[in-house]
Amino acid sequence: MEEQFPIIIIAVPLIAALLITALWWFDKRVCLPISIVAGLTSLVASVGLLLQVLSVGILEYRLGGWAPPFGIVYRIDHLNSLIIVAVSLVSLLNLIGSRTIVEKEFQEKVGAFYALYLLFTAGLLGILMTGDAFNLYVLLEIASLTGYALIGLGRRRAPLSGLNYLFMGTIGASLYLLGVGYLYLMTGSLNMADIAQILPTILPSKVIVLAFILCLSGLFIKMALFPLHGWLPNAYTYSPSVVSSLVAPLTTKVMIYAMFRVMLTIFSIDFSLNSVALRLPILWLAIAAIVMGSIMALAQKRLKKMLAFIVVAEVGYMVGGFWLGNRAGMSGAVLHIINDAAMTLCVFMAAGAIVYKTEDDRLSSLKGVFRTMPVSMTAMVVGGLSLIGVPPTCGFFSKWYLISGGMAAGHYGFVAALLFSSLVNTVLFFRLFEIGYFEPFPSGHAHEQQGHTDARNHSSSIAEAPLDVLVPLVATAVLVIVLGIYSGEIVARVIQFAIPAVIG
Amino acid sequence: MEALGSLILAKYNYWAVIALLLIGLYAMITKKNLVKKIIGMNIFQTAIILFYVSIGSKKGATIPIITHGHGDASHAVHSVEYINPLPHVLMLTAIVVSVATLGVALALAMKVYSQYGTLEEDEIREKIMESEPV
Repeated sequence: MEEQFPIIIIAVPLIAALLITALWWFDKRVCLPISIVAGLTSLVASVGLLLQVLSVGILEYRLGGWAPPFGIVYRIDHLNSLIIVAVSLVSLLNLIGSRTIVEKEFQEKVGAFYALYLLFTAGLLGILMTGDAFNLYVLLEIASLTGYALIGLGRRRAPLSGLNYLFMGTIGASLYLLGVGYLYLMTGSLNMADIAQILPTILPSKVIVLAFILCLSGLFIKMALFPLHGWLPNAYTYSPSVVSSLVAPLTTKVMIYAMFRVMLTIFSIDFSLNSVALRLPILWLAIAAIVMGSIMALAQKRLKKMLAFIVVAEVGYMVGGFWLGNRAGMSGAVLHIINDAAMTLCVFMAAGAIVYKTEDDRLSSLKGVFRTMPVSMTAMVVGGLSLIGVPPTCGFFSKWYLISGGMAAGHYGFVAALLFSSLVNTVLFFRLFEIGYFEPFPSGHAHEQQGHTDARNHSSSIAEAPLDVLVPLVATAVLVIVLGIYSGEIVARVIQFAIPAVIG
Repeated sequence: MEALGSLILAKYNYWAVIALLLIGLYAMITKKNLVKKIIGMNIFQTAIILFYVSIGSKKGATIPIITHGHGDASHAVHSVEYINPLPHVLMLTAIVVSVATLGVALALAMKVYSQYGTLEEDEIREKIMESEPV
């Protein structure tokens, strides 16, 4: 049983998605229980996998029993086993909180939503496990296609934003595929470890450098690194809130993992960091992502769009951390993948709960929301403090590693960008808390005049989101703090083995 | 002249791929009609499929089916006699992916059309500006 964990993690959501597609025509109520059982099975299997990796080291799972260079192999080490647990946990927490919002937002498409949800999760988990460069492309597209469809389920500008995301995402995936084609042309192999063995015999080679650049730029589009982030803000703003709280915490982080996997396992860390003169340009791109993401978040008047631009800035954190090329920076980046998944889930779920009640995510419409929705806003405060980087929450610890990595590498621009982004996040969230906590602004405020005069009273009566939204939300907020408290343990027990030994 | 020949004629498949990639990219960047963009995207993907298929072929080789395998005396298989089937098999998957992408794109375009009554990007932008000022 234990040796089958890798395939269980993917196959169960995949089969459950098919089951839901078949069964929801008869009874819509089966969707959520099936999805939760599938998500739970994935989570249990991934925790089991993490424990296995911690006790015996790197695992290999051969699909169909075919030996590595010919068959597809799933390779699980300290790096991906940790992220697999994070992804399945985030997906499950969000799933538990989805019922009320799903019933309200897409009455006739409940089955389609849950089937896509599970396929998306299965695709991401596959990206995390696979040890085959072409298989990574296929899973990348499974996750992306379901992502486009999920975003397109929303109202207003959602289909258009989904279509723009599709255009950009397809270019990204195609560039990655072209890069893999170049690699195959030169090495005759698609297995990551096999390619890594063959590469030293043909280096230096311009084709390999080109393959590296193509793979990276494809993944940069997919992860929305700053100049290529155009698709992200609208897609995350206009998608239904259950979808944005699924896609926002997971997609960008898994794509960053894929970048690290390509750098680490296919091209080897020495080639990635030293042979191609890309380290400094990409670091400066990461800095630009952090600074511009933060500045653009400041300019937003809508809650979800503001959060989406914070995601753009966070991508810069992690990409920068990896390309610093030292142990502290890389540990910080891996830790930040986990932490950012938790805290992005926390703020997006809280935003989802608020939007569910207020039906409007303009910042100006959130007056008095602390009094009407105390639990959701408390979770928002926890998530916000974590994004700012206040000590008991997990955001502080990964930022600490990233900053000390920047200091060790002598790259003070990166350190300055991180501090700048923390300051901007402080302004962003305290502005939000101010609007939500203190008395409403004078009624002459610009947004009041746009016909937004529903009878919602700003009295002290509590009008919280339903309990099944609040329970996973509170669990996520607790998770943000628990991850912070145990982050030293996580680094010492797992992440330090995920960073290659050559990195000093 | 010889250099030119070896750069262009001997590697004509790569030039075809580059031309198709650029045509697709051009359509996606400059066209305002969403369906034309989708067509451009499809050309872009097809170019990469063509790239893979062309690197699998060899001069004078045949399809990779071993005809005298059974019964006859065993006989060494020379890989030069057969084209490489692996890129072709990979592209079966890539074709499925590109068909699925096309399907999702067209479905989204239909939703956009039913919402705004047009597929021209600039007209859609005007309607968005009318309906929801920032």
